Amino acid sequence: MKAAAFRYHRADSLAEAGEMLTSLDNARLLSGGQSLMAMMNLRYVIVDHLIDLNPVSELAGISHHDDHFQVGAMTRQRCFLDDDAVAAHSPIFREALGYVGHLQTRNRGTVGGSLAHMDPAAELLGLAALTDADITLSGPNGSRQVAIAEFPQAYMTPDIKVDEILTAVRFNRWPAGHGWDFREFAQRHGDFAVVGVGCLLTLDAAGAIDRAAVVLIGVADGPLRLPAVEAMLLGMLPNADLFRAAGEAARHPEITGDALVTADYRRQLAAVMVRRSLTNAHQRAVQAMNQEHHHV
Amino acid sequence: MAKNHVTTTINGEPVEFLCETHETMLDVLRNDLGLTGSKEGCGSGDCGACSVMVDGRLACACLMLGAEAEGRSIETIEGMAAGEELHPLQKNFVKEAALQCGICTPGVLVAAKALLERNPDPTETEVRYWLAGNLCRCTGYDKIIRAVMDTAAEMRAN
Repeated sequence: MKAAAFRYHRADSLAEAGEMLTSLDNARLLSGGQSLMAMMNLRYVIVDHLIDLNPVSELAGISHHDDHFQVGAMTRQRCFLDDDAVAAHSPIFREALGYVGHLQTRNRGTVGGSLAHMDPAAELLGLAALTDADITLSGPNGSRQVAIAEFPQAYMTPDIKVDEILTAVRFNRWPAGHGWDFREFAQRHGDFAVVGVGCLLTLDAAGAIDRAAVVLIGVADGPLRLPAVEAMLLGMLPNADLFRAAGEAARHPEITGDALVTADYRRQLAAVMVRRSLTNAHQRAVQAMNQEHHHV
Repeated sequence: MAKNHVTTTINGEPVEFLCETHETMLDVLRNDLGLTGSKEGCGSGDCGACSVMVDGRLACACLMLGAEAEGRSIETIEGMAAGEELHPLQKNFVKEAALQCGICTPGVLVAAKALLERNPDPTETEVRYWLAGNLCRCTGYDKIIRAVMDTAAEMRAN
């Protein structure tokens, strides 16, 4: 299939893109195009105007701060994956971004495009949920921040108004020495995950868990944080029984089935994968602690 | 509707073309410029048969507009052989019979060349991960992987 005819507009600045978006009817923003172009080729999406954000260089780039890092919407997924500073302070990002599509699509696909597209299995949304990220939107009356928890409105429907442009995302950093794990189950590499799991945790001096975040992707309309699982881990000394119980608690009622798999199958996968994910994250946290002692 | 005037570089040659706004880079290559080596498999970025290099990075030409090529440098399968002299990857694909119907072959070759330029000594796992965006429905991949690994060894030796 081929895309239906439309008019193409090259935006050279965020301001210009904003003016176009306000003045043109049935317009869409083109970032990396790795979902939008496919949907246009299949005529799931038909637009009258396409506004190309690729020339807007002010929207690309990563800035690092003590407690967070900010990623511009037009940053390519590949650049994010390759960023050594991110991999050093937030290693889960490299592990998770390796699951995003494949090489060809990561080279073009952008961070902002993935967030705005809001596929339920998007790794970037899972990472945002895990780090309590804030998303910046620019509109005719200035910009506003949306917490990731408030961002998903419905299936593939983020809280972005028709005249707003997603410009950046701010991910919060976890302290040095935290444990992390990200894993997916899919029938083939590069497919959308049947279930994806991400988790972060920190240990206190006695080895008990003093902070935890666990998220599932691909199982509901948006990323699904598991506060009940996180709460049962706090203050506990990790062992196999604890992680097995945490896995069982991950059989969340909001987990849904689809044409290919049932909700029960996803819940079973979630239970197994959360257990394995927490076990690995804990091992990594212990390793990090041992290394720290070694250096001192 | 007005056509887009695009100035670009294709396989090292400066190229100017006019395209409809809704034409993809793949449409432009195949229909307007006569470069039919890049194939259209899915039109949705799943199969990799249209793999080309855009500013030195592998991309699906079906998910990029012709208009987006403005000021970019595009490399296609047509630029791979030096005249009549095949690229070592092409020679080894022939030698190993790493193709059957041939639809995926141009995309696989472009992707494999990009891999060997960045990593001259890849493991089999790295080759398989790198080529994960290129689907082949005939070979079962083994001969493709073998041809890429053999080429890497050969190029390192030379």
